[in-house]
Amino acid sequence: MNAVLDLWTVLAVTAGAILFLAGTTGLLRFPDAYARLHALTKADNLGLGLVVLGLLPQVDSVSAGLKLLCIWALVLLSGATASQLIARVLLRRDTHS
Amino acid sequence: MIDALNIGLAALLLGLALWTILARDAFAAVAGFIAYGLLLTLVWVLLHGIDVALTEAAIGGGLTGALLIGAASRLRGSEAAARAERPGAAAHWLAAGVSVAVTAALAVGVLVLPVPAPTLAPDVAAHIAVTEVGNPITAVLLAFRAMDTLLEAIVLLFALIGVWSLAPDRFWGGRPGLRQHADPNGILAYVARVLPPIGVIAGIYIFWIGADHPGGKFQGATIMAAMWLLVMMAGLADAPPISRTWLRTLLVAGPLVFIAIGAVGVVTADAFLAYPEGGAKPLILAIEFALMPTLTLILGLMLVGAPRRGMPP
Repeated sequence: MNAVLDLWTVLAVTAGAILFLAGTTGLLRFPDAYARLHALTKADNLGLGLVVLGLLPQVDSVSAGLKLLCIWALVLLSGATASQLIARVLLRRDTHS
Repeated sequence: MIDALNIGLAALLLGLALWTILARDAFAAVAGFIAYGLLLTLVWVLLHGIDVALTEAAIGGGLTGALLIGAASRLRGSEAAARAERPGAAAHWLAAGVSVAVTAALAVGVLVLPVPAPTLAPDVAAHIAVTEVGNPITAVLLAFRAMDTLLEAIVLLFALIGVWSLAPDRFWGGRPGLRQHADPNGILAYVARVLPPIGVIAGIYIFWIGADHPGGKFQGATIMAAMWLLVMMAGLADAPPISRTWLRTLLVAGPLVFIAIGAVGVVTADAFLAYPEGGAKPLILAIEFALMPTLTLILGLMLVGAPRRGMPP
């Protein structure tokens, strides 16, 4: 049972890391700011989600697991907000010029 | 494996520091500085300095970063002019020389430390029981070296007075900062309604847990101040005029309670800031409770800045 859980952790955290890598590549290489924003938020939300889900079997208490999930939820909220705010500024700038 | 991680982290930290110094654009330099603070947080976690890591994330990266963003955006208008009048080569080399000399002196200072480094940690571990506090950092900050913490709180108060004193005469006593106009149905207002309840609980939790685990009033107060700033930035609440009596009372209440408890120590325990036997924990808690609102207000108001609007009628 433990081996299965460990395997799940390795797989999920690796997948999360790959998503972060892909998001970073997108941030560096995509042509315009909207696309870069899109790449970044996908990596943040899903990548961190996979890392958190992967780490869940490794925590020693329920409250530690809940804290991890809370962190993910808070990052989801702040990431969505920040990308909205940035995109709005971009849109204003593009429509005015 | 861990070595590779450490070396990579150190290289990244040094590279980011260099990039921050060399960045020509003030805003880019600030962005680099914030990322640097977050990386440094990670380094402190690796060194098992969780209390320092929390402080670095909250104050070093977060609060200072926000202050610098404000400074950079205010300097934006004059940045081109400042860049035009470049200092001469001599000044450049002098600045570089002084920086390198300071860095070298620090490096030598760290490298010549005897092994094991001189430490008071065993003394703290031996005497922590008398404070009835579980977290050694809190015991040091509020019992063994309480004087430092008291002066720190007072320095912060002076810093806020310094910020306020930049106000033009006609705005003295008025509201700090500019009125924020955010879309009341926009995403910022939404977050400013959803996040503060969570943030306030997190702030109080970190404050409360500080007695026995990493955490404490500074980190908690920074989170509370951030929540307050979010609400102000979204235009849901306005900053109070700095002439309000309740505001000024709360600003001095923390240091005053600290000094009063310290003065009582002269009578009950024969020294300023000493606690009577068996009474340390409640007194430490009283000081922390009094400092929390003071620190929250100071940190928040410091970011809002000097008064820029007239006295309300």
